[in-house]
Amino acid sequence: MKHLAEYRDGETARRLAARIAAIVTRPWAIMEVWGGQTHSIIRNALDQLLPPDVELIHGPGCPVCVTPLEMIDRALAIAALPGTIFCSFGDMLRVPGSHGDLLGVKAAGGDVRVVYSPLDALELARRHPDREVVFFAIGFETTAPANAMAVRLAERGGVKNFSVLVSHVLVPPAIAAVMESPGNRVEAFLAAGHVCSVMGTLQYPPLCDRYRVPIVVTGFEPLDLLEGIRRTVVQLEAGKHELENAYPRVVTKEGNAIAKGVIAEVFEPCDRTWRGIGTIPASGWKLADRYAPFDAERRFAVEGIVTAESPLCRAGDVLRGAIKPNACPAFGRECTPRTPLGATMVSGEGACAAYYHAGRFAATRQGNADER
Amino acid sequence: MCLAVPGRIESVREEQGTRMGKVNFGGVVRDVCLAYVPEALVGDYTIVHVGFALSRIDEAQALETLRTFAEMGLLEEGLAEIRGEVPDGESVPCPLPPAEAPRR
Repeated sequence: MKHLAEYRDGETARRLAARIAAIVTRPWAIMEVWGGQTHSIIRNALDQLLPPDVELIHGPGCPVCVTPLEMIDRALAIAALPGTIFCSFGDMLRVPGSHGDLLGVKAAGGDVRVVYSPLDALELARRHPDREVVFFAIGFETTAPANAMAVRLAERGGVKNFSVLVSHVLVPPAIAAVMESPGNRVEAFLAAGHVCSVMGTLQYPPLCDRYRVPIVVTGFEPLDLLEGIRRTVVQLEAGKHELENAYPRVVTKEGNAIAKGVIAEVFEPCDRTWRGIGTIPASGWKLADRYAPFDAERRFAVEGIVTAESPLCRAGDVLRGAIKPNACPAFGRECTPRTPLGATMVSGEGACAAYYHAGRFAATRQGNADER
Repeated sequence: MCLAVPGRIESVREEQGTRMGKVNFGGVVRDVCLAYVPEALVGDYTIVHVGFALSRIDEAQALETLRTFAEMGLLEEGLAEIRGEVPDGESVPCPLPPAEAPRR
């Protein structure tokens, strides 16, 4: 891939880390918002390259992890309905609901299918006009253009047996919620580059001003992350709180105007409950009225959902950055990727899964925020 | 969910009024919707997420960031080292989950 090797060069990474060490004069806590960045940081051990005074706090930017339990239970109920083909991104299949997961529904005879794109689900609906095809439309702003387009194409193409179970979440309200949470220690943010490739960066300067925090947009290659951290530390040391775009090869100030237009046509803002965190005002998207006929929640009225979380799981504390994954007593014991108690152990963007796959079983020097 | 990853556009076509194309991710070729990147042409690199190209990678900006690293003395060989095509084989749209890590 063009230039990818350069952005992964280990020697350059060590030099960048040394630059950061040279400018740090006191401890700083920086949150990387996006789970894709968390995985890259842990897989490449970037946190261990950094000087001890720079702590990375893992953020809630994992859509699979924050999809509310009630919505998972609703998905399980719909997927179990006879005649339904339930389509989902693969990560969702092992996410525990109150009683079981989608993999269990599939094992019990439900037609649950993993798709790469919502367009694959739409194609299934075209090929099976006698079946109801439901797509689990979760994700951040990065996924919204795809899900919105699938709904739009279904409407334009008259595909009436297609619907979506929508649980979209948004990054800027999550940053505000982190800053307003009691006991917050986060002093700066690395914003998610691919979210900004869609939405642009104009939503962030007001957050910088309101909470007096630097926000640096970056990607998830090792050098992108380290350069993002370096610029963040430069701002923190100088007492600045500005938005910086450290990922200009992908992100523009305006974002993708066409994608934003389709999103605005298909979705509208709504309050959203984040699993482990709670309800955040105006932190999600739901289908706009015009597209309500494609809303699976309306099409399949599922009654009597009573949710129950695992009493052992501390995913909420992990998602808020209050503890590192390996500080949870269940981590690697009762809770593994094969027997997950919470979604953070399942997802390719979940912090617990990142720690498990990297073999981070013991709390390291940055391992347990509680101890600091 | 799959991470958004960069790939190279190999072909472009219209399908039921929607701009579609083939994108190569380090050897794995997939159908991708190009409706959101009308400016992207064959040969361009684009960031793809769940089957949709979201952004054309700005070649000049990619080089500019590397040039900044070089000026900081971070890239030993500087721009001379920057190759045109580096097949890495690592970028596939949906990586398989890693093998189960050993328990302590």
